[in-house]
Amino acid sequence: MSESTINIQNLTKRFEDKTALDNLSLQVFKGELFGLLGPNGAGKTTAINILCGLIKPTSGTAKIYGYDVQRDTQKVKELIGVCTQETAIYPYLTGAENLELFGNLNGMSKKALKERSKMLLGRMGLAEDAKRVASKYSGGMKRRLSLALALIHDPQVVFLDEPTVAMDPQSRHAVWDFIKDQKIRGKTVILTTHYMEEAEELCDRVGIIDHGKLIALGTPKDLIAKAQVKNLEELFIKLTGRTIRGDA
Amino acid sequence: MKLQRVSALVKKELKKTVREPAVLFMIFLFPIIFVFAFGASLGGVGGSQTVTYQIGVVNLDHANSVNASQTLVTSLSDTKIINIHVYASNQTAQSDLSQGTVQAVMVIPADFSQSLAAYQAAPNDPSQWTNATVTLYLDKGSLVATQAVPPIIQQALVSMTEQSQQVMQSPLQIQTASLVEVKSTSALDFIAPGMFTFASIFLIMMVAQSFTQDRENGMMKRIRVSPTTATEFMASQVASYMGIELIQAALVFAMTYALGFRPSVGVTTYAFAFVLVLMFSLSNVGFGLITATIAKSAGAATGLSFLFVLPQLFLGTFVGASLSSGAQVAGKFVPSYYVTNALTSLFLRGAAITSPAILTDLALVSASCVAILAVGIVLYAKYYKI
Repeated sequence: MSESTINIQNLTKRFEDKTALDNLSLQVFKGELFGLLGPNGAGKTTAINILCGLIKPTSGTAKIYGYDVQRDTQKVKELIGVCTQETAIYPYLTGAENLELFGNLNGMSKKALKERSKMLLGRMGLAEDAKRVASKYSGGMKRRLSLALALIHDPQVVFLDEPTVAMDPQSRHAVWDFIKDQKIRGKTVILTTHYMEEAEELCDRVGIIDHGKLIALGTPKDLIAKAQVKNLEELFIKLTGRTIRGDA
Repeated sequence: MKLQRVSALVKKELKKTVREPAVLFMIFLFPIIFVFAFGASLGGVGGSQTVTYQIGVVNLDHANSVNASQTLVTSLSDTKIINIHVYASNQTAQSDLSQGTVQAVMVIPADFSQSLAAYQAAPNDPSQWTNATVTLYLDKGSLVATQAVPPIIQQALVSMTEQSQQVMQSPLQIQTASLVEVKSTSALDFIAPGMFTFASIFLIMMVAQSFTQDRENGMMKRIRVSPTTATEFMASQVASYMGIELIQAALVFAMTYALGFRPSVGVTTYAFAFVLVLMFSLSNVGFGLITATIAKSAGAATGLSFLFVLPQLFLGTFVGASLSSGAQVAGKFVPSYYVTNALTSLFLRGAAITSPAILTDLALVSASCVAILAVGIVLYAKYYKI
């Protein structure tokens, strides 16, 4: 894991009077499953939005596979897959049609799209419902389809913004297995989550950010040992406090 | 620009139109129901049946020899689109007019026959004529009657003096009549051109809702993180809505045709009319994008879209025919006015597609619609990114 896939240098983002990201520097390596943790409004989604080219940083740079996310946006978009916080699917399309649409938007060939779509529907437990319109899906099914849409084109770098929210334990474990598979296949995964056991279970390294600053970085094991706490959740509370935060 | 992406997005939009009940209703079912309701009540179903107007006649002319007023009444009856109700007094006739029993009351003056006789004795010497004025009271609640009845009576009067319509001098006058030929034209014919425009205007609401919904549910963000470019996305949207417009216009045409709308024009004119409506759809996409820029939610977009829907509807479709002269001037600032005007000229007035009036309308529609679309795209892209 020596090759740097994501390279963030002194990234700062200000929204009027609020600093969402404050001089963030970070490297994520190829094949790494990296957990970006933090309380609500800490700056996790802002960081991901900058890396996806959705918003511009106030200062600093971010590169994916050497491509600047601001200058080489088109190239970056071909490399990434993003599962947003929202369950973003077209409700009037079937599961298969949703996948077909985003496969086409990512320029996939008909054959590759068909094979990948079949595999994803199977892995996400949606094969039997592939021809039903997505509006008829349960909440968990919609979340799984949303994740499948992010992965349809087999991206090199995957951003998963709270992918298991509102999933039952079975769905969550199925998604965990799939995320682990991405890592095995050499893909780089950036995961944001509020479930600390999920981060502990999946992530090679985690970075905890609060008020836009990176306040901890390392493997879950090392961070837990260093802070002399029982688990990642205890560490998280110790570092970020018990005050309830508003959303970003 | 990658065609694969554009066609995938177009396909998605068309599926949405067919599968979303609200969109399906607004774009296809509503115009069809509307055209059917209006057409059936004004034109008739299944043929070229014309409207019959109920006209009250108060004949004050009691000439002993040649009774010209009777000739006038007979000639009006012969048009088969007028049913004559004879009243002994103007008071009774006005009572029926106020209750809607008749749509107009014509008062023939006492000197009517005398006036015509004086004219016939010296047709080329106006100084010998005795002028007579036929007074016409119209039902102001009936749009079609106010538009159609005066020209019919004017025509009957003109035919009595055996003059062509170009000869302006005549001893027989009615008030506020125009010289537009309207004989055997049904009310449906008057409103059909405006119906095409009317139906298309509701694209504004659909576009505004679609963009705000996709923004709210995160789909716009999802598309933005894909390699789809802004040009590919906007091209797909414009192509989709033009396609939807084409289908909508065909459905409206089929419905008006079924109800008896049969303009005697060739295939080229029909094709030209469709091109006009397609051009018009660009402005509706533009207004939809402007609405989506202002609106924070899909619900707000529905309400705000009426800022653009209503002026276009009231100033530029068949509704505009009954507006004040001031409002009709204001209509010249909305694209729908020029579309309706051009369609009316093509279908009703028999204008050629190469005539200056039609080409002027086409140029104004094209320029304004492309400009409105450009403004919509620039505004939306500025505030929300594509």
